Amino acid sequence: MTYLAKPKLHHPKLVANALGYTRRDYEGSVSTLCAGCGHDSISAAIVQAIYDLALPPHRIAKLSGIGCSSKTPDYFLGASHGFNSVHGRMPSVLTGANLANRELIYIGVSGDGDSASIGIGQFAHVMRRNVNMLYMVENNGVYGLTKGQFSATADKGSKSKKGATNSDEAIDMVSLAIQMGASFVARSFSGDKEQLVPLVKAAISHPGAAFIDCISPCVAFNNHVGSTKSFDYVRAHNDAVNKLDFITGRTEITANYAPGTVTEVQQHDGSWIRLRKTAEDYDPRDRRNVMSYLEESRAAGEISTGLLYLAAGDEADDLHARMNTLDRPLNQLDTADLVPGSKVLDKLNASLR
Amino acid sequence: MQPTNVGNPDYFHKVVDCQWACPAHTPVPEYIRLISAGRYSDAYVVNWWSNVFPGVLGRTCDRPCEPACRRGRVEEEPVAICRLKRVAADYKDDITHRLPTAPAQRNGKRIALIGAGPASLTVARDLAPLGYEVVLYDQDKQGGGMIRTQIPKFRLPEAVIDEEVGYITNIGNIETRYGKRIDSLKSVLAENYDAVFVGTGAPRGRDLDVPGRKEAAAHIHIGIDWLASVSFGHTDKIGKRVIVLGGGNTAMDCCRSSKRLGGEEVTVVVRSGFEEMKASPWEKEDAMHEGIPILNYLVPKQVLHENGKLTGMVFEKVKAEYDDKGRRNLVHAGEPDVTIPCDNVLVAIGQENSFPWIEKDAGLEFDKWGMPVVDPATFQSTNPRVFFGGDSAFGPKNIIWAVAHGHEAAVSIDKFCHGENIAQRPAPQVVMKSQKMGIHEWSYDNEISNDLRYKVPLKEKEIALKNIKIEVELGFDPKLGFAEAQRCLNCDVQTVFAAKLCIECDACVDICPVDCITFTPDGAEAEVRQRLSAPAINPTQELYVQDGLKTGRLMVKDEDVCLHCGLCAERCPTGAWDMQKFLLETTKAGAACRSH
Ligand SMILES: Cc1cc2nc3c(=O)[nH]c(=O)nc-3n(C[C@H](O)[C@H](O)[C@H](O)COP(=O)(O)OP(=O)(O)OC[C@H]3O[C@@H](n4cnc5c(N)ncnc54)[C@H](O)[C@@H]3O)c2cc1C
Ligand SMILES: Cc1ncc(C[n+]2csc(CCOP(=O)(O)OP(=O)(O)O)c2C)c(N)n1
Ligand code: SF4
Ligand code: SF4
Ligand code: SF4
Ligand SMILES: [Mg+2]
Repeated sequence: MTYLAKPKLHHPKLVANALGYTRRDYEGSVSTLCAGCGHDSISAAIVQAIYDLALPPHRIAKLSGIGCSSKTPDYFLGASHGFNSVHGRMPSVLTGANLANRELIYIGVSGDGDSASIGIGQFAHVMRRNVNMLYMVENNGVYGLTKGQFSATADKGSKSKKGATNSDEAIDMVSLAIQMGASFVARSFSGDKEQLVPLVKAAISHPGAAFIDCISPCVAFNNHVGSTKSFDYVRAHNDAVNKLDFITGRTEITANYAPGTVTEVQQHDGSWIRLRKTAEDYDPRDRRNVMSYLEESRAAGEISTGLLYLAAGDEADDLHARMNTLDRPLNQLDTADLVPGSKVLDKLNASLR
Repeated sequence: MQPTNVGNPDYFHKVVDCQWACPAHTPVPEYIRLISAGRYSDAYVVNWWSNVFPGVLGRTCDRPCEPACRRGRVEEEPVAICRLKRVAADYKDDITHRLPTAPAQRNGKRIALIGAGPASLTVARDLAPLGYEVVLYDQDKQGGGMIRTQIPKFRLPEAVIDEEVGYITNIGNIETRYGKRIDSLKSVLAENYDAVFVGTGAPRGRDLDVPGRKEAAAHIHIGIDWLASVSFGHTDKIGKRVIVLGGGNTAMDCCRSSKRLGGEEVTVVVRSGFEEMKASPWEKEDAMHEGIPILNYLVPKQVLHENGKLTGMVFEKVKAEYDDKGRRNLVHAGEPDVTIPCDNVLVAIGQENSFPWIEKDAGLEFDKWGMPVVDPATFQSTNPRVFFGGDSAFGPKNIIWAVAHGHEAAVSIDKFCHGENIAQRPAPQVVMKSQKMGIHEWSYDNEISNDLRYKVPLKEKEIALKNIKIEVELGFDPKLGFAEAQRCLNCDVQTVFAAKLCIECDACVDICPVDCITFTPDGAEAEVRQRLSAPAINPTQELYVQDGLKTGRLMVKDEDVCLHCGLCAERCPTGAWDMQKFLLETTKAGAACRSH
């Protein structure tokens, strides 16, 4: 950690976005995490993405559970709403917030302990319900905040810093999310912002539950030889299935891509996701194909990254659509909406008789 | 790209923009930190070794360091480097016991210094402590050269000159022959000096050649002659209406002096544009602050006079036109001539060298402009025993250049007197020292001040304009001096990168407030500059490039706008970044400059 606040002075050529904000305006308070923590890089990627999307900070809500990862919402988007909830309970608090005010953009930040251990039930259900959010798991394979115990995502056979071997099976959050019905599932690496930033942008623009499993080395407890979540290990085993460009507004495809190597998907807000294939025969829109590819690459000891799954079908099918809720946030309802009067009550009672 | 060789002392020296720009390479951030710590005497002594006249320069320096200052690139204005020097000079204790003295044992070599301006005084300061017997000639009755005769006392009080010239002449082994004009170089050479240094300045002011000049001569003065006469007390008044011709610092001193000697309507007139004037921006500001208008694009045409009395001047109005090669010409503006009535004219349109006392057969070659041929690195003339420096070497410059020349000439003379090859110049002395004290503790103050540049308080105008000896600037008091000193970014505390420790975690990239650091694949420099975290658009600032990373990428750091905040090093989990203080001192005359 650092004791000094980041100086206000910035690069003289820093560019403002459409709202007139520079990237520095989207930063938060200074991080108290260990120097070199992958989580700080993910915060920087989120800052970059929100700046690029030119989103107004006061329209964003950041929610988290408990853990080093869950502390990070304090370190980005200092002018946004924030809620630091209970261990593993971010999904339910976020679901409630989203139901109450659907107009905010929701970013849920969690850890592998927070989501795959204590919070696995909540994780499963928020994916099932397709709550409109970015769900970011900052996955370091350990409980960082409590000093490095194996978490449920630690690979079987990997070694702790003290030399103990993990004997339990790892939970693969990506497969779980797909199985639970998430409509946007990706994996990335804190040390690869070129991949991570467009994924964050696409996830935020995606309607429904967008899940990113971001491997994020813990420099204090899980960056040694024998770890499968270290900088060196991830770099050596990273298998990127595609390259993603996130495009706001319609722009022509100018580069010439070989036929069949590019998939373009328009989001409901008009933005486009352009996927450039790097793995042969990988189709992120075909769930069966995705599941078998993930299984094979896992067996081969590789870590597949990129936009791994994007649900085909009705894009607007999120929790609100399924529950047929009001279009307006609850805080915009007035007395007439909330107390419709005895006639309406009589009608309702009659319908139940 | 080639990895940067940080072993070359120039590399980190350039990062210390102010020190690199200073002709004498004064370790600026080092003394500014000492001021912050309230160690004024130490700050003064650091300056004194390097620039010899901290009190004088703290009031008058041309400050090439300030336009170079990094703060001007990341904020609006540079650190007030010059006026901080004055803080050190004003608030120091007695430092005389820390100054060198001449050894009892002389080294048997005799050196003549002609002219006692800052160049010669620097040579004397460097050579006397080594045992040389120094003879210092000047036509004037006191030492200091133009510092004393030209710079008006309202900018530089006499006491400061006396003090700092005294520090040199009190070293010992320096015989001052003041009041002695040298009329023959050959006669000096005949006295068997081991070396002769010519520091006679650029003593001739250019004159004006327009109709009426001769007839009204009694009321028209050459600027530098007039200023000298004011300085000596021979002149103590001037007419009510004064025109000052010229746009340099001499013109600014002439007009401001006139204001104090009875001039009520003082006008500065320049041939070309206001922006192109040679005077420093702050000198122009000071003149205008005192109610002196500066009129531009007016070319002198005629002097008006009646019965031998000056009545005014006529000027032709011109405008600037650019030809297709981009060259500027002043052409008639098509407007009527401008007449300005006046009682006196001061001509400050340039200054030049003049060596009537150097005989053609003194063994020195002169170039086609009549200037002695002088080696720009060694300051030796074509007569190996004769050296030049200061304004006499390459035309009028300023005090800090005179000092820088003096140091180099002293090195040459010292090597020459020891029979060494003077073309072999000594390397500067460099010390690098880690500033790390604890996990997040540094032995320098790495917090960045957000304050804007502080203005130096001035004497009330009404009082200042009444007496030419009243110093206009009051100087920073310790509180303001501290606040201004805090603006310095400590550019000498260098970011030093060790690739073999780096795990490429990006922490330094993410924390850097000015987007200096990038890990990126190799490429051609011009192209790499474009694809950094922030494009490196200032080609005068180098890229710090290191290879040897596990991913095969390069670490590329743009030195241009780094704040030296040390946050990269605080965030680095492995200590791959370290903050190291780079202290460079140019090698002065003495054992260090010689090979034996
Ligand atoms: C009006 C004016 C204002 C200036 N203001 C500034 C300023 O604010 N800041 C700044 O940095 N610079 C300023 N300068 C420039 C600065 O004064 C000179 O660049 C500097 O003094 C040059 O130093 P020097 O040692 O080369 O020679 P000088 O200072 O010119 O000294 C030469 C000495 O040699 C003596 N001399 C000459 N010929 C002989 C001879 N034949 N025999 C014996 N003695 C001789 C002269 O009397 C003089 O004392 C100013 C100059 C002028 C004219
Ligand atoms: C209910 C509850 N149980 C246990 C804890 C202790 N605890 C704090 S953080 C943490 C694990 C966090 O791990 P992870 O989510 O992976 O975050 P990381 O620190 O690794 O980023 C645990 C078990 C707690 N705070 N609350
Ligand atoms: S900020 Fe300080 S060290 Fe840097 S150039 Fe300016 S004065 Fe020199
Ligand atoms: S010292 Fe390091 S963090 Fe600070 S500005 Fe320079 S490169 Fe960036
Ligand atoms: S913080 Fe240190 S280890 Fe991390 S990338 Fe920077 S230099 Fe390398
Ligand atoms: Mg964890």
